Amino acid sequence: EASDFCLYWKWRHLYVPRNYDPTLHPFEVPREYTRALNATKLERVFAKPFVASLDGHRDGISCITKHAKSLSTIISGACDGEVKVWNLPRQECLRTVQAHEGFVRGICSRFCGTSFFTVGDDKTIKQWNWEAPGYGVREEPINTILGKAVFTGIDHHQREGTFVTCGQTVDIWDEQRSSPIRSFSWGVDSFSCVRYNPVETELLASCASDRSVVLYDTRESAPLRKVIMQLRSNTLCWNPMEAYYFTCANEDYNLYTYDIRHLDVPVTVHMDHVSAVLDVDYSPTGREFVSASFDKTIRIFPKDKGHSREVYHTKRMQHVICVRWSADNKYVLSGSDEMNIRLWKANASEKLGLLSAREKAATHYNKKLIEKFQHHPQVRRIARHRHLPGDILKQKRELREMREAQRRKEQNVRKHSKPGSVPLLTEKEKHVVAVVE
Amino acid sequence: MAAVTPEVLTSTHVEKMKKKKLPKRYWEETEKTDQSQRRPEEEQGKAGQNQNKSTVKEKSLKRKNGESLEKKDPFPGEAPIPQKQLQKFQRGKKCKVPAGARERLKEAIAISEAMSEHAQKQAARYDLLLPEDAGFLEGDEDEDTNTISQADIADAVDITSGSKYFNLHLSQFGPYRLDYSRTGRNLLVGGKKGHVACIDWQTKDLKCEMNVMETVNDVKWLHTEAMFAVAQKRWLYIYDSKGVELHCVKKFNDVLRMQFLPYHFLLATASATGFLQYLDVSIGKEVAAICTKMGRLDVMAQNPHNAVIHLGHPNGTVSLWSPNQKESLVKMLCHRGAVRSLAVDKTGTYMVTSGLDRKLKVYDIRAFKPLHSCFLPAGASCLSLSQRGLLSAATGEIVQVYQNVLGSNPVSKPYMAHRLRGQIWGLAYCPFEDVLGIGHGEGFTSMIVPGAGEPNFDALDTNPYRSHKQRQEWEVKALLEKVQPELIGLDPGQLSKVDQASFEQRHKEQIEALGFDPLAKDKFKPRTKKKGRSSAGAIEKRKRKVAHEDQRVFLSLSLLSLFAIISHCSYYRHDDASHRRCNIFKQSD
Repeated sequence: EASDFCLYWKWRHLYVPRNYDPTLHPFEVPREYTRALNATKLERVFAKPFVASLDGHRDGISCITKHAKSLSTIISGACDGEVKVWNLPRQECLRTVQAHEGFVRGICSRFCGTSFFTVGDDKTIKQWNWEAPGYGVREEPINTILGKAVFTGIDHHQREGTFVTCGQTVDIWDEQRSSPIRSFSWGVDSFSCVRYNPVETELLASCASDRSVVLYDTRESAPLRKVIMQLRSNTLCWNPMEAYYFTCANEDYNLYTYDIRHLDVPVTVHMDHVSAVLDVDYSPTGREFVSASFDKTIRIFPKDKGHSREVYHTKRMQHVICVRWSADNKYVLSGSDEMNIRLWKANASEKLGLLSAREKAATHYNKKLIEKFQHHPQVRRIARHRHLPGDILKQKRELREMREAQRRKEQNVRKHSKPGSVPLLTEKEKHVVAVVE
Repeated sequence: MAAVTPEVLTSTHVEKMKKKKLPKRYWEETEKTDQSQRRPEEEQGKAGQNQNKSTVKEKSLKRKNGESLEKKDPFPGEAPIPQKQLQKFQRGKKCKVPAGARERLKEAIAISEAMSEHAQKQAARYDLLLPEDAGFLEGDEDEDTNTISQADIADAVDITSGSKYFNLHLSQFGPYRLDYSRTGRNLLVGGKKGHVACIDWQTKDLKCEMNVMETVNDVKWLHTEAMFAVAQKRWLYIYDSKGVELHCVKKFNDVLRMQFLPYHFLLATASATGFLQYLDVSIGKEVAAICTKMGRLDVMAQNPHNAVIHLGHPNGTVSLWSPNQKESLVKMLCHRGAVRSLAVDKTGTYMVTSGLDRKLKVYDIRAFKPLHSCFLPAGASCLSLSQRGLLSAATGEIVQVYQNVLGSNPVSKPYMAHRLRGQIWGLAYCPFEDVLGIGHGEGFTSMIVPGAGEPNFDALDTNPYRSHKQRQEWEVKALLEKVQPELIGLDPGQLSKVDQASFEQRHKEQIEALGFDPLAKDKFKPRTKKKGRSSAGAIEKRKRKVAHEDQRVFLSLSLLSLFAIISHCSYYRHDDASHRRCNIFKQSD
């Protein structure tokens, strides 16, 4: 027996005989628990989500969009009417266009990736070529449409040459024409955001200033239905995988995920922000979304959880206006008031670059361990802990106190009134005012 | 030459003319008996369900004369695994889906069950690939194995194995205590009169040797072969493998016996003053000091399954201790006289004790019940259990080894015996070797006991052939997953169980704080259906349907709990440590 081992003495470091007999491996559970605890701690130690900052804009960033075909390219529009095209791996600006006078309100990429559209405060829609013009040639849009009122948002159809803008009305445009082929309005003075459904491509959703989210079918002449909430929604985003869900970012610090089939009650209320939520974008897998808030943080929520799993902030980042999840599901881009676009990892502790097989196996094993022991108090405490800036923490506590007081008062009112006259409302039911068909 | 070649040619030609016989396949001759032979296996393992399918296929492909057209797989389906092998890797019971569980929970349970079953099967299959087999010494007809002398065995086996029987004549400083390192490569001997030596016993390479010029009560390796602890007359000392004194731990005085808990990095010591102390050797801190109030503690053993320390006392009791509790977890009355020695098997199921009443007893320490006892005329002063369950007992000057002690059968004659000169002071089996080390008044004897050690080691846990680098890597890994002393308790699997009690407590508090039950089921609100389907009568009907279903679930649950209460009354309840604190088990013979 010993001679067998001596025979391979030269390669002894490679010879690792195993015996999986449980009696040779006592304390399975406590050891695994210790490993899980270590893995959780290491995950927090390695959580360094900030990758890069893209600076160059001369005013606050108002909108960002992804290239339809290329992972490495994004476009951003600023409050001074400037549009910049960026290369992400090299972290440099490829091209700068003075697109509008005043704000650039919206940008969208054409599905084929050959051109992009911008709308601005100067009541124009401009179509630009993705290719930069040659040296010495002036930057000129391919097409310019002059509208009647200010446009606040734009989105392009998934497959056809039509796009939709919003402003005082929701207009559907043909690329070949200079006037809208259809306009929708439903007794509302303005809209802040409009989005095409990525799967059911004729379906539209928009956020209106009368605190409602309106659904449209472009094949029909009138809007489908709308849900009115207690406060206004700023933007919305469709879940790209389960496209009957959309999430809207609300002024009341919450995000609401709705099922378009049952608009009367949101599927989930996502609470954690301490100020108005300004933008939201889904990951391409549809399992999570990222939200940007006026409270100078961005948060990542699982699509079916009420609280965020991650919060990103820096000392210098001001109110975050826009946020996008990259198409490879690895990064998050945020544009904020202080003229910077920041690139974050979607998974804070993920190691970037190529991983060896052993590294992959180790990360996979650690992930499973954390998942297995996630409900143990020690593991949960460490995994949940996030550092927050002092003022946000203070506001969070204040909000909690307010909610608690409100709840207590309601409880007291219920106690002293006729049974059943003050109904017990869940958090989901509280925020919807009405659904109008 | 010319004459020879045609001959060869013709012979080959003739052979070709014969009908060439195909080489025989190993399954061909057993084809008929194949079905009947495989039956019991199928019953054992659930695999082989495809058998029926394949026979159906056979029929369809048969020609009229009965020959099958296609070659069939002689062993269809996945290879069966014997039930016994599967049992070995079973962890806990299968999880049952609770009544009225939601779809998502059902799915999660199904997935995790499938995964654990897969892992169990893979592990059971891996047993086939283990390089070594275990076996025992077998005598000729009418020959007792205990009459075979060590010299005969050493002559009969190969040279390497034969060299494992040897004597060290150290009559000057004896009697000797000993300890093998966890990998089984190194041996540490400590003589009563101060002689301490560590040896790589397979190569007989002396690592260090010294005389501490003081009484030595016990010696123990720490987590690696680089450090060992020596309990001397006053204090506890820690030396490195070169014999350099690293620490003198003055908090630990008058130590008589020591045990090292390798996964917790704890050195447990029992002292003449009645203190049980725990030293964390990774940070050098005293973790717990427990005054047992039981007098001099010179009988000690550890349960390798749950790291609980067993102490034997002069009044015949055995007490179980963890560092988290000032009182003992369990006290058992085991003997009418003082307890002389203790041993616990590696699965933590059995405990063997010997006392001044000259009895040897085997206990089931999961139920704290005696299994059987036997009377040894000379009484056993030292006990030791091997990895594969051989029990060695030192009776006077003779070491006896018993087979099949752990179980319900009473002890019969010994499996092996060996006579020595001088009183026996220490007994220890070498891990992963068929070797029993004996420390006695005349020195040290290494005895061959076939079938004692586990033949297949796990190189990631304890590798006797590990290199320097591998040892370093293992040490880092082991330190990273050091189990905290707070986790020591009677049931090491407690952590993976659901804490129902505190959940219920928390739920109650939540109800009080909120003013309503957040987990309560909502009242059923019938959805309005298509036109014509939502008449008042139809809605009422639907409501009643749901109400009946709820009632049914409630009834079945209450029935279940009733059964549970009945079964709890009739069986011994396996409960946690705190409830068992003062369980004293009376002697039953």
